[in-house]
This record gives sequence, C-alpha cells and structure tokens, in this order.
Amino acid sequence: MANLTNRSIIVVKKEMTLLERIYLPAIFSGMLITLSHFFRRKATVSYPEVKRPFAATYRGQHVLKRDEMGRERCTACGLCAVACPAEAITMTAAERKPGEENLYREEKYAAVYEINMLRCIFCGDCEEACPKEAIFLTDRMPPALYKRGVLVFGKNILVEGVSADKRTDVTKRQTANVLEFKKNNRYAHNR
Amino acid sequence: MELSFLIYKVLLVLGVFTLSLVIAMYTTYAERKVAAFLQDRLGPNRAGPFGILQPMADGVKMFMKEEFIPNRANLFLFILGPGIAMFTCLMTGAVIPWGKDYVATDGTHYPIQTTDVNIGILYLLGVVSVGVYGIMIGGWASNNKYSLLGALRASSQMISYELAMGLSLIALIMITGTLSVGQIAEQQLGWHWNVLYQPLGCLIFIICAFAETNRAPFDLPECESELVGGYHTEYSSMKLGFYLFAEYINMFISAAVISTLYFGGYNFPVIYNYVTDPLWISVVSFGVMMMKVCFFIFLFLWVRWTLPRFRYDQLMNLGWKVLLPLAVLNILITGAIILLRQL
Repeated sequence: MANLTNRSIIVVKKEMTLLERIYLPAIFSGMLITLSHFFRRKATVSYPEVKRPFAATYRGQHVLKRDEMGRERCTACGLCAVACPAEAITMTAAERKPGEENLYREEKYAAVYEINMLRCIFCGDCEEACPKEAIFLTDRMPPALYKRGVLVFGKNILVEGVSADKRTDVTKRQTANVLEFKKNNRYAHNR
Repeated sequence: MELSFLIYKVLLVLGVFTLSLVIAMYTTYAERKVAAFLQDRLGPNRAGPFGILQPMADGVKMFMKEEFIPNRANLFLFILGPGIAMFTCLMTGAVIPWGKDYVATDGTHYPIQTTDVNIGILYLLGVVSVGVYGIMIGGWASNNKYSLLGALRASSQMISYELAMGLSLIALIMITGTLSVGQIAEQQLGWHWNVLYQPLGCLIFIICAFAETNRAPFDLPECESELVGGYHTEYSSMKLGFYLFAEYINMFISAAVISTLYFGGYNFPVIYNYVTDPLWISVVSFGVMMMKVCFFIFLFLWVRWTLPRFRYDQLMNLGWKVLLPLAVLNILITGAIILLRQL
C-alpha cells in the first residue's frame, strides 16, 4: 500500500530483552518523568482572583453601541438579522418621534431588539453586516443562567450605558485594517 | 506493675493512635496535592491557607452524607466490616519503634514504642491478615454480587501477596536472627540498613506492601468499570469513609514498617556524632523516622500517579509466578551466604 504520509512506522513484534521484561527500569524512568512534572510551572488559573486575558477579537456577548452624543446607533435595518446564520436576532422597528433626537441617531430605530443567546453561535456575522457600526461582539463572557427564558436578551441588556464609564471599548475591533476589510465585498465569503 | 508505667503506656498508645489518624488525614490531602502537582495542577487550595483544612472539610462531608444500609444486608456484619478494617490497621502501629529509647538519668527506660513483643513480626503479619476479614465481610454483608466479586478479588489479592511478603520477611529474619521489631531497628545502627543486605527481599516486600494496601498499581479491589465500585459498593457516608481511611492508615503503617525493617528505622548514620543528649537523641530519631515514613508515603502516592494498574490475571501472575519464586530464591541465597560465612 502506498504511503500517504511519511510518518507511518512498521510494527515490529520483537521479543523483549530481559531488562525490558523485568519492567523495573521502565518503571523508574516513568517515575522520573512524573517527578519532573512535580516541579513544572502549573497550568492552573485560580479563576475568580486571576482571569485569563481575552484576545481583543474574542467574540463574546454583544453590545449595541451609542454614538458620541449618546444616541443609539441602531437603525433597525435588519441586516444583522438577515446575516445571522442561527436566526437568533429579532427586532421591531419604530419611527422616531419629534423630541427624541437625543435618543436615536436615525429616523428609524429598534423599539425591540432581541438576541436569543441560546441560538447565538457567536460567529460575528452581525458585527460584519452592520452598516451603522451599531452591534459589536465584546470580550465579555455571556453569563450562564438557570432559566432558558431569561436568555433572550433585550435592549435593557444589550444597549450600552450613556455615561463614559459605561461605554464598551470596541476600538480594537475597528482597526484600520478591519474597516478596510469590511469595505471590500470580495472577501465577504471569508469572514 | 507501677502506675507511672501504666500511665506512660496509655499516653503512648494514645499518641500512636493520634499520630496514625492525623497522618492518615493529611495523607488524603497530600494525595490530592501530589496528584495535582504530578499533573501540572494546583490541587486543593481553597479551604484554609494552601488548603490545609481540606481534610476537615472532607470529614464533615463524610459525616453529613446520607447513611444508607441496604434492606437485605446483614446489618451486624455490614457495620462490623468497616470496623474491622479500621481496628486492624490501627492495631499494627503497636509494635513499631518510633524512636530510640529515652534512658532517664535514674536508669529508667522510656521506649518510644508501645510494646516490644518478641514476636513483633508475627504480630504484624497476623494483624494484617485479619484486615482481609474487614473487606471480605463488608463485601459479603452487602448482599450485592458486585460487592461480593470485589471482596473476592480483594481478598484473593491480599492473600496471594501475603505469601510472598511472609517469605521475603523470612530471609530478613534469617540475617537479623530476631522477630522483635525493636531489635531489628536497633541492629541497623549507622549504615547497616537491611536494604543493603536484602535488596531483593526489600523490593519484594515493598511490592507486596503496595498490593496489601490496595494501592495502585494493585488497586484492583475497587473498580468502577467492572465492579460498579468494589467491595464497598453499598457503603455510604462514614462507613465508606472508614474503609477509605483505613487504607490511608494502612499506607502509613506500611511506610513505617518498610522503613523500620529495611531502611534503618529511626537510625540515621550521622546523628549520633552530633547529638549526645539522650533526650535529644530520642527526639531526633523520632524525626528521622517520620521523615522516612513521609518519604515512603510520598513513594506510595508517586507510584500511584505514575503506573497504570494491572489486569487481574497479570496481578495473579506476578504474585504467584514471579514474586513467590523470587522470594524463595532470596531465602536460598541468604541461607547459602549465611552458611558460607560460618565455614
């Protein structure tokens, strides 16, 4: 049979020598190996005290961004819902009333915006699809909850706060490269 | 019998009892810690600093758990089983010399050994073999086929290895010429450790000690895949705790016996050059003994987390076809050497 890789090894059923049959040398060398692990650096992270840093591009829980004036960026165009392969996103659009200009950036906004976190696969396609830079995935872990119902996240959870300290930093996800990449439809299949 | 003598002995008994329990308690902790360290983990470190309160937490858990006794079990024997296991392993500590005798200025001896009977080794072997009853009765009284099979496996394993153990000890007795554990320990002053005269016997004894304490790679009595649990399948709460705890005490006693019989006991070559005060000699020799015991306990753990367990037929092969003939061979060689020296 032809070799697919060069890694195949021919199995030899050789008689074991006396030293091998006594087993003790093998046992001692094995014990030395385990002992050497005794002094190695431990892989454990003491979780609540020490947290492993996430990559800047980690795709965790979503955030709906506000703009620099504190208005919601989302215009309820529905592109994220269309892009979502898991069909986790639903929304209801509403029209901005006069006097609400400080709340919503565009004339149309999402009165209801829900992501079903049980369906979401955190692929990041919503982020890619959004033409208004409104939805981003963050480096936050989505919480583990006991009830399924509460895992449909509405705007009360998704929209970031108005004050500066409640804003979510997504600059790392919006580097010049990323923005350039988003413009180029040629790579859309590659996201 | 003087009252002071009696009080001293009672204190000694209590001391050995406490020592066994405390060391066994912390062996459970050490086991988890060593396991973790050998596997690049940290192990328990939440209960108290470095997790040193972990044994207490485990104990509380054991006591709080639901106690369940099967309806069809033989109630008396079911309760007796763990009791025997615990009782026998605590009894073995009686003949082990923990340190050099303290001779007071008025000439009275204060041995750091509960009792130095002149049949010490026979006593050890006898009590250890009673330990099989604990397991066998426990497995039988559960009225559960898996438990019975587990007990069968455990007892046949222990009995098989007891033979090789006894034979390896015969060679040792031939060169020491005494059955008293205290005297054997005393003879190994300086570098005259028995392991140097009986390397093969020592190896056989250590292997058998591993099998006797049901430690890996001989931990066949317990098995989740084919026996559900083993002889203690039906046990719960502190009765199970007794079985497991007895195993740890057995480990401590085995470590003590190995270091006493083969590794010089409380002797260490250089201490008598530096320590002259009799009280300090006793204290230091006790410390030396404890260090040796701790090393052998560590060896038990180390082996457990290194070697994979045997298959049952391999276990029996090793016991009957390898260790037993080797032990007999060892006796023959020892006898031949003793005869040659007398010529």
